Amino acid sequence: MSVVDAYIKVQNVSFSRGERSIYENVSLTIPRGKITAVMGPSGTGKTTLLRLIAAQLAPNSGTILVDGQNVHALSRSELYKVRKKMGMLFQSGALFSDMTVAENIAFPMEEHTKLDAKTIAGIVSDKLYSVGLRGAANLMPSELSGGMARRVALARAISLDPELVMYDEPFTGQDPISKGVLVKLIRQLNDSANMTSVLVSHDVEESLSIADHVCILAGGRVIAEGSADEIRASDDPEVKQFLNGEPDGPVPFHYPEESISSRAAL
Amino acid sequence: MKSIELLGASLLDWLEAVGRAGIFLVQSIFRLPVRFKESVNLLVKQLYSVGVLSLVIIIVSGAFIGMVLSLQGYSILAKFGSEEAVGQLLALSLLRELSPVVTALLFAGRAGSSLTAEIGLMKATEQLSSFEMMGVDPLRRVIAPRFIAGVICLPILSLIFSASGILGGHLVSVEWLGVYDGAFWSSMQQSVYFDTDIMNGLIKALCFSVVVTWIAVYQGYECVPTSEGIGKATTRTVVLGSLAILALDFILTAAMFGDF
Amino acid sequence: MRSKRSELLVGCFIVLGVVALVYLAVQVSGLAFSSKKDTYQVVARFDDIAGLTNRAKVSIAGVAVGNVESITFDKKLYMALVTMNIDSDVNNIPTDSSIAVLTSGLLGEKYLGISIGAEDEMLKNGSEIFDTQSALVLETLISQFLFKGGDSEK
Repeated sequence: MSVVDAYIKVQNVSFSRGERSIYENVSLTIPRGKITAVMGPSGTGKTTLLRLIAAQLAPNSGTILVDGQNVHALSRSELYKVRKKMGMLFQSGALFSDMTVAENIAFPMEEHTKLDAKTIAGIVSDKLYSVGLRGAANLMPSELSGGMARRVALARAISLDPELVMYDEPFTGQDPISKGVLVKLIRQLNDSANMTSVLVSHDVEESLSIADHVCILAGGRVIAEGSADEIRASDDPEVKQFLNGEPDGPVPFHYPEESISSRAAL
Repeated sequence: MKSIELLGASLLDWLEAVGRAGIFLVQSIFRLPVRFKESVNLLVKQLYSVGVLSLVIIIVSGAFIGMVLSLQGYSILAKFGSEEAVGQLLALSLLRELSPVVTALLFAGRAGSSLTAEIGLMKATEQLSSFEMMGVDPLRRVIAPRFIAGVICLPILSLIFSASGILGGHLVSVEWLGVYDGAFWSSMQQSVYFDTDIMNGLIKALCFSVVVTWIAVYQGYECVPTSEGIGKATTRTVVLGSLAILALDFILTAAMFGDF
Repeated sequence: MRSKRSELLVGCFIVLGVVALVYLAVQVSGLAFSSKKDTYQVVARFDDIAGLTNRAKVSIAGVAVGNVESITFDKKLYMALVTMNIDSDVNNIPTDSSIAVLTSGLLGEKYLGISIGAEDEMLKNGSEIFDTQSALVLETLISQFLFKGGDSEK
């Protein structure tokens, strides 16, 4: 474990939302230059993990080191500097609805670099080409299909050539062809630009097919961590249940009832 | 005992919300966009959607309110044989009271609700988080230009409302009811003072614009990012905004014209 | 192209606002943009001004020649001290002119009317008009009428 060159280190993090505890003492490592998939059933706070890493949320206890820096101890301006090294692909794409596709991709560069308009236009065109949407440059986000919007969002996430790209459920709601395109794109981008990628997903097949490193979260803790093959070979009943999609097993089908009754008591 | 506790708790909640909204206001004013050209572009865009698009409703309702005031005023003033005073009645009621208040109410319904819904939807579709992730402060990029545009637009709209109302009133009282044109204007000019009536009306409009736009952007920014949450936030903008306008109007009127 | 159009419309919007302001100022409040007229100040003491307000007009022969600047209470004489501005070009008001608080119409607002005297000396800045006539107060009029009526019956 310690041999791995870690880009992100999550150490003993606990986080709760209101009364409900989401993480208890979670520790995991995301290696540099690799694709890490964080998987787990819905509602285990996978997206929350990404937001913790980006310091949009603060943990109750524990530390998160990104490239050696504790992101939650940074000042606002320092944090914004660190975020320039991160790209994030949101679940909904989160394209700015009042800008065209090209303007969306140009936006981070206009904000953070002093490049002239011509250079930016060139880079935008390159990025769009790499996701196969150069022809869509002048469309508005509302005119794009879901799969296209996600590819545009991906082009925007990588427009500043970040060191870290986080993908929040990139495959959800995509048809098989789009899924295939995204898998290929993520792999290509990671390898060609030497980025670190974190992928949050519950699509087992796609995630395992591209991930170098896999973490499985369930019930507020890490139940397995290792390479894709190690995970596949695991005999842990919880992991098996998740990978094979069995309805019954250690991960309960029912939402815990105590919390419902305790809420009613309030 | 329990009810007192509950009251205290809700009071604390309320105070906390007010505090949060206050901090939000200060932050969005003082974190203006850094680059001048970009901020001008953003502001122009918002002035367009908040101001220009509200223009038709303001002009039309201003004209109708002026016309109705003239009709009502004429029928009462005619009993005292002082029909010419309809000009005075029209101008004073529009400038001092109706144009700031009605413009602000229309503004809350037309521009305020759309600001809330737009910002709420940006939150729901993670656009606000997305700005944050790019190291761009959403308060600076999204909230500040909208807030400033709202504050600028409402006084302008209120002026246009007054002018349109007076023209509408002139049409009804002079062209239709036959009030003598010269008397209409001179009774108006004798009783309307620029520094008290017009300026106080403008100050009212400015106060309303700060409050309404503040409520609108805050409700959008703090809404629960679901379709139900956005709907509720939009309703709250209109309801809270209208109540705030009317309450504030009473306070301002008492302060400005109370000694009359 | 789209942003050009919206810039143009926003420009029109702001111009429209300015035009509305100028319109209200000139046509509705009758604000004159010419420099403020030169005036000189004259004072007068009244027993009763009954509803005269600041900026009420001061007229000669029904023509407005000035306005009321301030109204204060003269503690020593128990009278109302009215300071008024008279236009400088009206510089030929004799010092023995009289001034009265009048009402325009039956229910209209109060104003001051100056009746011209015969003296050769004219009012200057700071002069006082001594011949003043108070406002007619309805209650006083009625009680006088009743008193006199009772008198004549005797």
